[in-house]
Amino acid sequence: MSRRSESLLLHSVLIAGGFLTLFPLLWMLSASFMSNGESTTFPPHLVPHAATIAQYRQLFLRLNIGRAFLSSAIVAGTVTISSVLFGSMAGYAFAKLRFGGRDRMFGLLLTAIIVPPQVGMLPLFLLMKTLHLVNTYWGVIIPSMVTVFGIFLIRQFMLSVPQELLEAARIDGASEWRIYWSVVMPLARPILATLATFMFMSTWNDFMWPLIILSNQSHHTLPVALANLSGEHVLDVELMMAGSVVTILPVLIVFLVLQRYYIAGLMVGSVKG
Amino acid sequence: MKTPEARAALLFLSPAIVLLSVFFFAPVIAGFALSVTDFDLYSIGDIHNLRFIALRNYGDLLGNPIFWTAFANTLYFALVGGPLTVAVSLVAALLVNAKLTRWKALFRTIYFAPVVTTLVAVSIVFKYLYHPRFGIINLALGAMHLPQPDWLGDPHWAMPAIILLGVWKGFGYTMIIFIAGLQNVPEELYEAARLDGAGMWRQFRHVTLPMLGPTFLFVGVVVAIGQLQIFAEPYVMTKGGPLNKTLTIVMMMYEQGFKFWRMGYAAAVAFVLFLIIGAATLVQMRLREKQ
Repeated sequence: MSRRSESLLLHSVLIAGGFLTLFPLLWMLSASFMSNGESTTFPPHLVPHAATIAQYRQLFLRLNIGRAFLSSAIVAGTVTISSVLFGSMAGYAFAKLRFGGRDRMFGLLLTAIIVPPQVGMLPLFLLMKTLHLVNTYWGVIIPSMVTVFGIFLIRQFMLSVPQELLEAARIDGASEWRIYWSVVMPLARPILATLATFMFMSTWNDFMWPLIILSNQSHHTLPVALANLSGEHVLDVELMMAGSVVTILPVLIVFLVLQRYYIAGLMVGSVKG
Repeated sequence: MKTPEARAALLFLSPAIVLLSVFFFAPVIAGFALSVTDFDLYSIGDIHNLRFIALRNYGDLLGNPIFWTAFANTLYFALVGGPLTVAVSLVAALLVNAKLTRWKALFRTIYFAPVVTTLVAVSIVFKYLYHPRFGIINLALGAMHLPQPDWLGDPHWAMPAIILLGVWKGFGYTMIIFIAGLQNVPEELYEAARLDGAGMWRQFRHVTLPMLGPTFLFVGVVVAIGQLQIFAEPYVMTKGGPLNKTLTIVMMMYEQGFKFWRMGYAAAVAFVLFLIIGAATLVQMRLREKQ
């Protein structure tokens, strides 16, 4: 086979694969702009014959999806900020500060990575109930405020920060907090961006724990609201597609803008094997 | 005697340690304790109704045919869906990483996009794509004069349909890891193989595959752990049906624990899941040692 035809074949396969991969998302977007029933007509309409934003109007004006959007933004935003702050503090301490039992403690922490989160969910629910945090944003936020993965990610990065830099700052009389905040944190910006992207996206997409802890509609995050809606509006295909677009679009945009950092995080995560 | 550095470390660590101890480690340990009690709706009302029942929940569970159905379904999903995901992602990685490929970053981004989408939302999208009469998938199959199964309504097709969604959603993640692994293979190995007259297939078989060994291990563990926790897809698409054919272990835990409030029983289900995931990790590590 000549190089030309080899390249042609390769790219045809890649493009066909790309089309198949994007098709469900493109169909979702297209159907969300159709009027009621148009997506199930025969022969099928792949694009709306008269595009309308009626589904989005119904979602926001009648079904109050804006509230779920806000809930998702509050939860994902708070988790992102706190997990970056607490994760970087702990990661820095494990990488750069000397204290007794450090490596044993870190090793113990890492065992958490193999424990599926479902194992703790039942007692966690009872704990949240005791603390009166069921049906509150804090009930969703607190268990994700710091993650072992985040601590691990930041520690691996911080190991490469030269010790002399910290010693020099200490000799200049800088406090430990100041060294962390003004010397180390600015150096760590790329990895902080990685962790932030990661946490925002995983919290935004999270379903099972919010479903358990948010039994009341008023605090539902988007995935929970969407799952509920899909039970009540099974036949409203176009409406459900608009709801899916509203849910997926924010994470997709965050990913497209910050994918450099996100993919870097996947790589760091994958060397631990 | 504590150095200033050790004192600082304590301060830096305390938020993480407190949060993880109270909201992760303690609940995990309490989960095991819960599994040897008869904690149920009455215990939520009054904790004095709680009794220690040793391993009776586990005994009940192992004697419950529904549990074995959920167990088999979960393994079906993981053992068919896992290798399928890995195979598709390996092919995608080889294509995207090929020397001749142009717009590498674009293809990588497109193939990766499903990974970042919200599982609940795409489960709903696929539910409509799988619709027996109006779904695009069956319309396409019909146009090609192929059989049109009632995907989510047919006991034989429901799990394969969910597996297909799982492969679509997940292959981009493992593809990225494979691409990183492929880029670590030294070019000289391929050159040496070509000098020995090895064609494309033999280069792949004798250079690429052995060099990807450690990556396979990692990918295998990660995919298996993720797959065994399947919950949202059946929750949204089938509610575990038809005929419990898509009921999974985590779904059973959710229903027992948070629908029927049989929390002791549900905790036993959760611990069985933990054991299965632990076993999956061990098997992978053993396989690796043998290589």
